[in-house]
Amino acid sequence: MMGSETQGFEEGHLYASKEEMENLVLDDPLNDSKSYSNYRSAMSSSAISETHHPLSPSILVTPAESDPLLSPPPYRDLRNPRGQTKSSYIEPPAYADVIFSPFDGDHFGDVNGVESPSPNSDNSGRFSRSLGSSSSSSAASSSEYIKITVSNPQKEQEASNSIVPGGGTYVTYLITTRTNVPEFGGSEFSVRRRFRDVVTLADRLAESYRGLFIPPRPDKSVVESQVMQKQEFVEQRRVALEKYLRRLAAHPVLKRSDELRVFLQVQGKLPLPTTTDVASRMLDGAVNLPKQLLGESSAVVAPHEVVQPAKGGRDLLRLFKELKQSMANDWGGSRPPMVEEDKDFLEKKERINDLEQQLNNASQQAESLVKAQQEMGETMGELGLAFIKLTKFENEEVVFDSQKVRANEMKGFATAAVKASRFYRELNAQTVKHLDTLHEYLGLMLAVHSAFSDRSSALLTVQTLLSELSSLQSRAEKLEAASSKIFGGDKSRIRKTEELKETIRDTEDAKNVAVREYERIKENNRIELERFDRERKADLLNMMKGFVLNQVGYTEKIANVWTKVVEETSVYAKESS
Amino acid sequence: MIATLMEQQRSVTASSQSPRSPSSQPYLSVSVTDPVKLGNGVQAYVSYRVITRTNLPEYQGPEKIVIRRYSDFIWLRDRLFEKFKGIFIPPLPEKSAVEKFRFSAEFIEMRRQALDMFVNRVASHHELQQSEDLRTFLQADEETMERLRAQETGIFKKKPADLMQIFKDVQSKVSDVVLGKEKPVEESNPEYEKLKHYIFELENHLAEAQKHAYRLVKRHRELGQSLSDFGKAVKLLGACEGNSLGKAFTELGAKAETLSVKLQKEAHQLLMNFEEPLKDYVRAVQSIKATIAERANAFRRHCELAETIKLKEINLNKLSLIRSDRVGEAEMEYNELKEESDEATQTFETIVRLMNEEIVCFQEQKTLDMGVAFHEFAKGQARLANGIADAWRSLLPKLESCSSS
Repeated sequence: MMGSETQGFEEGHLYASKEEMENLVLDDPLNDSKSYSNYRSAMSSSAISETHHPLSPSILVTPAESDPLLSPPPYRDLRNPRGQTKSSYIEPPAYADVIFSPFDGDHFGDVNGVESPSPNSDNSGRFSRSLGSSSSSSAASSSEYIKITVSNPQKEQEASNSIVPGGGTYVTYLITTRTNVPEFGGSEFSVRRRFRDVVTLADRLAESYRGLFIPPRPDKSVVESQVMQKQEFVEQRRVALEKYLRRLAAHPVLKRSDELRVFLQVQGKLPLPTTTDVASRMLDGAVNLPKQLLGESSAVVAPHEVVQPAKGGRDLLRLFKELKQSMANDWGGSRPPMVEEDKDFLEKKERINDLEQQLNNASQQAESLVKAQQEMGETMGELGLAFIKLTKFENEEVVFDSQKVRANEMKGFATAAVKASRFYRELNAQTVKHLDTLHEYLGLMLAVHSAFSDRSSALLTVQTLLSELSSLQSRAEKLEAASSKIFGGDKSRIRKTEELKETIRDTEDAKNVAVREYERIKENNRIELERFDRERKADLLNMMKGFVLNQVGYTEKIANVWTKVVEETSVYAKESS
Repeated sequence: MIATLMEQQRSVTASSQSPRSPSSQPYLSVSVTDPVKLGNGVQAYVSYRVITRTNLPEYQGPEKIVIRRYSDFIWLRDRLFEKFKGIFIPPLPEKSAVEKFRFSAEFIEMRRQALDMFVNRVASHHELQQSEDLRTFLQADEETMERLRAQETGIFKKKPADLMQIFKDVQSKVSDVVLGKEKPVEESNPEYEKLKHYIFELENHLAEAQKHAYRLVKRHRELGQSLSDFGKAVKLLGACEGNSLGKAFTELGAKAETLSVKLQKEAHQLLMNFEEPLKDYVRAVQSIKATIAERANAFRRHCELAETIKLKEINLNKLSLIRSDRVGEAEMEYNELKEESDEATQTFETIVRLMNEEIVCFQEQKTLDMGVAFHEFAKGQARLANGIADAWRSLLPKLESCSSS
């Protein structure tokens, strides 16, 4: 059972090319056996990392053999489409002069912080922004895209009797994909999915793509769903799901994943293994443990299990062993058999932590800034309204000419104040969009931490196996030494030695697999870090540009408004002082 | 229109004085300067230097400097209010019990400016400038002032609550007349009713505008603060990122900090050049309300005396018919009362006349003051917005070069 799988694994590893991998996948979609799918994705990922990683700098985003060069318009990600409302507060009494002309970003076409298809922008072969736009092209080549929309939430009834009385309803969302990627075998299609399916997708991706920076999925947020109005909550979730799926589609590796494709395309029930609940896993693990301890069930970690971290429940024994190892690492006198030697990585990790702290800080201050701008606009508007009322009053009660003059000046002033207030509001709405980038990157930090912890847990697995190997070997040596003293040998002792030798071989295999997995994850980390740094730099620069341009545009308009008033009231300038 | 009014005032000054050499123009110029904090704790107060430069004969020398405190100004205002009924006495800044203890530099400066404006307005008003009390205020030594201050028994000595009651009475009388509740001891002058209504409504509108103006000052300060905090955070982020991105962030942060300074400056300007004039407007309206109350008092007195006189006259005639020996006494009483009644009528009519003149000046002056205030506001806002635009604009080439590197 294990042997054949091991063999198959080795063969596959030695001989598979990427194309064959792809074929394998196509021919054998989604075998239900968990181990097989794990094996496959471990294979395909490792294949990718060894041969043809799409991110390696010398290779273009899309492999040469795919994708005819179409050129769809780059997908405009209105990151917060619902959020962009025109100023919708109470209208002041109609004054024809109060015409609102929105700023339309003449300069770089990048008003909303979105890459617009202007010639000046990103020609440097920059990769797709990880923040929700679909894959935009690097300059030289292709223009493949995957555009995902989430819409049309509907309540549905649970088919089987649910345990919860009166329960059994859930919400599904319509997920529409438009794409020219050939793997999908279609250009537009829709499915209905519920949130649980998204959780499944996220979990499967996390297992298959250890070491990559996988965008974090939307929260389950049990509390919010009770507190918020149902509609509000559903809408919030819809937006979050859309963002999440778009991010996945923008990730150079994940967008090619079977998991995503299947999620987006396969009608009916989502054909991915669901995350079993913790309770049943614990049960499994509790059942297995005594068998393992008694030596009846295998105490060795199967190679295919090695490529996953020890999960609570099922792998109790493995958990114990690895916990022991990590204690030994921390408190034991000797160095662990394999250490995180990559100083470069450790430095980067430090930097990432530091970055996270600063991003958090900047994000908070950005929030305060936005709030202050908002209030400035509001108060300016209120001041204008107060003077409009005063103007009306003076005109109604006019007795003297001087009142007429004053009412006139007031009107000019009030109108300007209301105009300026509107510009402030618009300025702020745009500022929110730009500075939101800080917030989004904070969210991405989760993905980075996840990827790093994939690495640590893989390392721990290796260390544990190495320790075990060394202790097994020393047992074998003792046994050899003991049996050589007894003349002729002992039948049971010989048998024990043979068994031990087999265990050692198995452990050796598992260790090798674990080491390869660890190296694979390390490589993923490295590549992703590069990509993360590159994209972050571009995104943050873009954010700054957008923010600055926005400020320039709107404050110029505000200045014009007031300059006019200065001119209109210039007669008073002489009289003052 | 406004300019000629000023000239009128000056020429009145000239003509009312005794002969002098025709070449020297009469002038009276006052300034309130150099606030100094004195005393300790609860008894702390601020003293000001009041400098009078004049060539008027009633005054000592070309220049006189005295030390005055806030309560001295109150004394002067109260005396003027007593003596110059009908004239809108220039307003004084509030007697704030709370801020007094903090005595921030800004508060002291605002108060000084308001006091300076008060004295100047008094000194340039063609009637008020002739006040003896003004002369005393500008010239007497500190001990004399202290003595006079202690004697004060004017209307403003009354608690604010009492003052409010007087105002309320004026208002309620109007509604009582409307409801036909009691015999009206109020003028039935439609124009005057309109004026009263106008003044009371105006105060509400102005108070609201002033409230928003004050909030706007705060908003400027808050925006300045958050820009400064944002700038700092962005700079830290820049330090963390390093290389060209880091540099860009550092520049952005630095710009945000400079803009924060601009915003704080503008907040101060806004406070001094817009919010204070608005507050001054509100105070002026409140002063008019006090005059309205005075007029109501004068009218009531005039009516009461007119009533009394009528009765006395009837009585007198009766007595003279029956040739009573009390005729002489009655006649004397009658004459006394007649004098009083005439005086009361005179007072009332003077108030009416003066108010009519004052309201014209008031409206004109306020149009001027508000025009100036709007102008300064707009200038400040334009300056600020342009400054912000320029600062951010200067960043753009750097950002461009960062992204291409």
